[in-house]
Amino acid sequence: MKDGLRRSLLVLSPWLALVAVWYAVRLSGLVNPALVPAPHAVAARFADLLWNQGLLTDVAVSTRRVFVGVAVGIALAVPVGFLIGWFRAARQFADPVVNFFRALPPIALIPLVIVYFGVDEPAKIVILIYASFFSGVIVMMEGVAQTNPLFVRVAHTLGATPTEVFGRVIVPLTVPHILTALRVALGVSWATLVASELVAAQRGLGSMIQNASTYFLLDVIYVGIICIGLVALLMDLALRRLSARFLAWQERAGS
Amino acid sequence: MSASGLPRVRFDHVTLAFDTPKGLLPVVEDVSYDIREGDFVAVIGPSGCGKTTMMNMLAGFQAPTAGRVLLDGRPVTGPGPDRGVMFQEYGVFPWLTVEENIAFGLTLKANRVPARERAEICRRYLDLMGLAAFAQSYPKHLSGGMRQRLALARAYAVRPQFLLMDEPFGALDAQTRSNMQNLLLEILAVERKTVMLITHSVEEAIYLASRIVIVTARPARVREIVEVPFGYPRDEAIHERPEFGELRSHIRDLVMDEYRAQQGQVRPVSFSE
Ligand SMILES: Nc1ncnc2c1ncn2[C@@H]1O[C@H](COP(=O)(O)OP(=O)(O)OP(=O)(O)O)[C@@H](O)[C@H]1O
Ligand SMILES: [Mg+2]
Repeated sequence: MKDGLRRSLLVLSPWLALVAVWYAVRLSGLVNPALVPAPHAVAARFADLLWNQGLLTDVAVSTRRVFVGVAVGIALAVPVGFLIGWFRAARQFADPVVNFFRALPPIALIPLVIVYFGVDEPAKIVILIYASFFSGVIVMMEGVAQTNPLFVRVAHTLGATPTEVFGRVIVPLTVPHILTALRVALGVSWATLVASELVAAQRGLGSMIQNASTYFLLDVIYVGIICIGLVALLMDLALRRLSARFLAWQERAGS
Repeated sequence: MSASGLPRVRFDHVTLAFDTPKGLLPVVEDVSYDIREGDFVAVIGPSGCGKTTMMNMLAGFQAPTAGRVLLDGRPVTGPGPDRGVMFQEYGVFPWLTVEENIAFGLTLKANRVPARERAEICRRYLDLMGLAAFAQSYPKHLSGGMRQRLALARAYAVRPQFLLMDEPFGALDAQTRSNMQNLLLEILAVERKTVMLITHSVEEAIYLASRIVIVTARPARVREIVEVPFGYPRDEAIHERPEFGELRSHIRDLVMDEYRAQQGQVRPVSFSE
């Protein structure tokens, strides 16, 4: 019981510290207070947006976009990254291509996306798929390329057929990389979301921030940013839970 | 466990050269010897001379450039569950529990057995190898010696006729190593196999083997084959026998000679005792 209390205090403390610093910056007089809304003002705006302006719809719309983008992007990245990572010959010519596309910032692609996909829902999701795919492919191919061939050999000496080697050795060894790819893609996708919702979105956290900036509503911008951070954090926590469950066998520093 | 005659394995003028960027690297050269039913053959030679390569050809991972490796008269074409292999690195599967590791081979099409029998076999080797308390643990919780016992149990579970062991105890401390040697002798007394063991330790070779193949510096050739004059079962006491000492100094001289020859080669290689 006492331990539980201590733990939650420990978890909360950095956040409390953050709010304290926020107040300190505002009250220090070093910055124009008009440029830094107070935490309680942001909290009030949060409640207002939540009850009166359908903030939850924005959260849901954005989350759905990220979800679909990551799901499709990773579903494509897993087989592609696996093949590139597994076959050395494929790696040699695919590696520079993948890195070329990954290096392009998604924002720079938006005009092209508008030309090819219009301004509706598909356009936004295409950008997220793009971002998830390339970050996922990199993780997969690097991970799979480092698979220890010893385990494959052991399985062969025990009489495993090629199908059995794939299903019983290679797949379990690939699961950690899939989970890492998912986590990286989720992070990248939330980061790309605002850019993707620049494409004439009516709802969504990104578009909410865009609209607020037109009218210089700083507190709304703050609410939007905090929401993005929170949802991304929750998704990451869920994934980490999942990893801990599936990957209990892994040796990790500090566990 | 005296060798009962029939040659099961024959290295027949086996030669192997690796195709490297710097040209052909001859690693095994014109090696010929037999492993008979029930033999325990130890192979000893300087580090990097080609011992693992030799074993890989019998395991079926590598084909000779010239000559043949015959298994019951037929050339080896690939790995199979008739030849259990213990690798130089522990090859236990980290994503499976200790028990699942042992059961792994028994769940493959090649040697599938009913679940009940599988559980019995697992139990038997968990007990034999002293791993029962760790049946549900992942290998990350095991010590080096326990991992090696697990690898041995997993190899034994599919009932191979041959056991190929590549410096299985090389990474263990002296006490654990000696325990493992005794465990191996015990389990071989119960379930006999035809064994090929690669080792760097002259004592280990004499203590365990019925015959010792001493190979030269790279490329590996057969320098001498020594019959070990002790029968089975054996115990630690044979270390004190005068024949043990004589054999040891004879083999040690040969090995040191080859070790020096290897050092004289262009590329230096490390020698681990
Ligand atoms: N696939 C390969 N391609 C090229 N060269 C190789 C390959 N495998 C091994 N070699 C070389 O062949 C030589 C013999 O290697 P091998 O692993 O058989 O030696 P070893 O006698 O088992 O050594 P150690 O006692 O250190 O384990 C080494 O010089 C090694 O660098
Ligand atoms: Mg070796």
